[in-house]
Amino acid sequence: MSASTPSLPSRAEVLPPPTERYTVLGWLRKNLFSTWYNALLTVIFGVIVILLLRSVVEWALTQARWEVITANVRLFMVGQYPTAATWRAWACVVLLALLIGLSWGIWGRNQRAGAIAFGALPFVLATLAQDEARIALLITGVAGVIGFALSRWRGPQLQRISIIGWVIYFPLVILLISGFGGANSPLPLVPTNLWGGLLLTLLLTVVGIVFSFPLGVLLALGRQSSLPIVRALCVIYIEVIRGVPLITVLFMAQLMLPLFLPGVTIDRVVRAMAGIVLFSAAYLAENVRGGLQAIPRGQYEAARALGLNTWKMMLLIILPQALKAVIPILVGQFIALFKDTSLVVIVGLLDLMGIAKAVLAQPDFLGLQAEVYLFVALIYGVFCYLMSAFSQRLEARLSAGR
Amino acid sequence: MANVPLPPPDLPPRMSRAFWRDDRFIQLAAQLIVLTIVAGLAFIVVQNMAASLQRQGIVLGFGFLDNAAGFDIGESLIRYTNTDTFARALLVGLLNTLLVSVLGIVLATILGIIVGIARLSSNWLVNRLAWLFIELMRNVPLLVLLIFIYTAVFLKLPRARQAISLGPIYLSNRGVAMPWGEPTETWPVYLYILVAAVGLAVLAATGLRIWQERSGRPKPIALPALLTFAATVVIGWFVLPQPPLTITTPEIAAFNFRGGLILTPEFMALLIGLVIYTAAFIGEVVRAGIQSVPKGQVEAARALGLNGRRTLQLVVFPQALRVIIPPLTSQYLNLTKNSSLAVAIGYPDLFAVSGTIINQTGRAVEMIAVVMGVYLSVSLFTSLLMNWYNRRVRLVER
Repeated sequence: MSASTPSLPSRAEVLPPPTERYTVLGWLRKNLFSTWYNALLTVIFGVIVILLLRSVVEWALTQARWEVITANVRLFMVGQYPTAATWRAWACVVLLALLIGLSWGIWGRNQRAGAIAFGALPFVLATLAQDEARIALLITGVAGVIGFALSRWRGPQLQRISIIGWVIYFPLVILLISGFGGANSPLPLVPTNLWGGLLLTLLLTVVGIVFSFPLGVLLALGRQSSLPIVRALCVIYIEVIRGVPLITVLFMAQLMLPLFLPGVTIDRVVRAMAGIVLFSAAYLAENVRGGLQAIPRGQYEAARALGLNTWKMMLLIILPQALKAVIPILVGQFIALFKDTSLVVIVGLLDLMGIAKAVLAQPDFLGLQAEVYLFVALIYGVFCYLMSAFSQRLEARLSAGR
Repeated sequence: MANVPLPPPDLPPRMSRAFWRDDRFIQLAAQLIVLTIVAGLAFIVVQNMAASLQRQGIVLGFGFLDNAAGFDIGESLIRYTNTDTFARALLVGLLNTLLVSVLGIVLATILGIIVGIARLSSNWLVNRLAWLFIELMRNVPLLVLLIFIYTAVFLKLPRARQAISLGPIYLSNRGVAMPWGEPTETWPVYLYILVAAVGLAVLAATGLRIWQERSGRPKPIALPALLTFAATVVIGWFVLPQPPLTITTPEIAAFNFRGGLILTPEFMALLIGLVIYTAAFIGEVVRAGIQSVPKGQVEAARALGLNGRRTLQLVVFPQALRVIIPPLTSQYLNLTKNSSLAVAIGYPDLFAVSGTIINQTGRAVEMIAVVMGVYLSVSLFTSLLMNWYNRRVRLVER
């Protein structure tokens, strides 16, 4: 084969495409030391990270007094919620585990590693807990496994049931936790001033989501409406609320609701909930509006051509598509809502942050701010991380259908 | 409405519909009903409020703002004593809010750009660290972060006597003390010189730009302009009979520092908390913006012979900016609104001061109206400004 007569190389001469195979050294070279300034950056940040990690780990293992957490776990979780009614909070957790297990089996079949980690969580926590909490956590774990097993066994038939389950779960939680009637009723009323800790934080979030969602959708529809007065009212409401900090809305709800509605005594927690709902609805409305604007005109025209009136067109054609398009953004908004509930401590509620303050005032545990607030941050972080991981899965799933 | 089809022939157009089936009537009626309901609710609310206020013996009005405040404010940009009026106390609060917001926005933008670029770095360690930082900030409420920084970091610093010293800067539980210039008599004159320096620099840059456009060859612009500015500033400093600023360094007095600039722990905690929290969000905005520029744009720029710096400067950045500006605006607004969390750590911002006034006078309705009005105006003003800027950098489409 001479150079002047090029010919196709024979099959044996064709090398396979190089596979990217790294040795440890090769990986280091490519990702950490590719150029001189990259190497410099790596060294500088590496040293900082190592020094920081070492001092943090040393502090956490030797100096930190974590007994402030272990001694107050109950306070952090449910605040002053009466001991006799604690089972209701656990019932909510068990139901949630059942629903998660069920849904995981139906929609999340491929996420096996996540399922195992999630399923093992209650059992791991049970080894750390004591007495009733340990038993309750074991029941929670079993409920999750049962839900998962049920859905593997009868998945498709259970799909509708689990959707209905999720829809009634949140009102059910509110009913279970608050109870009704006097001491003789099966679920005696627990006044809201006894709600506290993570329980209150989660309830504020749930109430915020459940009530601000329909309000937000209505506001979004109003803003898109062709009726100028309705549109103007919605625009004013949305822009005013989005222009002021949440804390002023909370303050207004605390101080001015009693003035607006004299004669009716609204307790502090409900006032805070009202503030959160009014605030969150304006932000949700803007997100939903984004979804509404993404619907092509043809959809409206087609709905009209089918003879649907405005309400039917919105409910049956436009909203389902618009909401589906913005589900990930809505989940993001709910995460923000969850984080924002921490502000109720400023109006004097004993949510997770309020309990943290109360715990720090205990004479045994003065000056342990770092431990307490790191624990609180960890709880918030775990919940937010789970929600955002869920939203990413959801996003991937929803966009896969396109 | 030229292409509206004719009505069906079997229906005479006149008696086509009863009026309550007419779309225009339905729309008008619906609006009137909504308006009546909203107005009715507002009327009931205002009535109730007036009645409750009357029972409490409060007459609405802003006259009380002229009364003496009678409380002290920890830090203030303007002269304030507890014999000043409530109105002046509010102004102190507003200025504190604006100070922390403006400083916060500037610093958060710088840090946010660094984080966003680090997130795109090819260096694995830098990339992961930026990711970790963003995730940490985004998954923890700002309030927790602020209270943590305040109570677990700044208040845990040693007392002033054992202050940690970083060169001339001292960290203690009294805050951060650093050298600062005290204005002397010539300072007002020097301000004019500073303005003149900016003017000269702009003049130089404009002249060089015209020269560049005339000659058609790249000329240095930024560097000469900067040099003009620096030279004017330095010459002005020495020409004046007395230096405009005397540098004072902090010294430890009995329990606190004297001299220099002392930033309180409340201010520092609020500023740092707001900056790192917002920087994480800005980092994501910047990353998304840069990634939104198609790769072909970079390749085309390189094919045209632009070097790496010019590609970034002339091709990537202007296009990324269009995607970045709107979400960046909302981050700026968030930072301003979030500065109201100052009340949780005792920094006297607008909201904290108004809370004190409510406690002292019971004037909740007026104070909430004032505070909401101020935040709303700041928000609207910022959006206007950013919308104007956004229009300037927007893609000009056919």
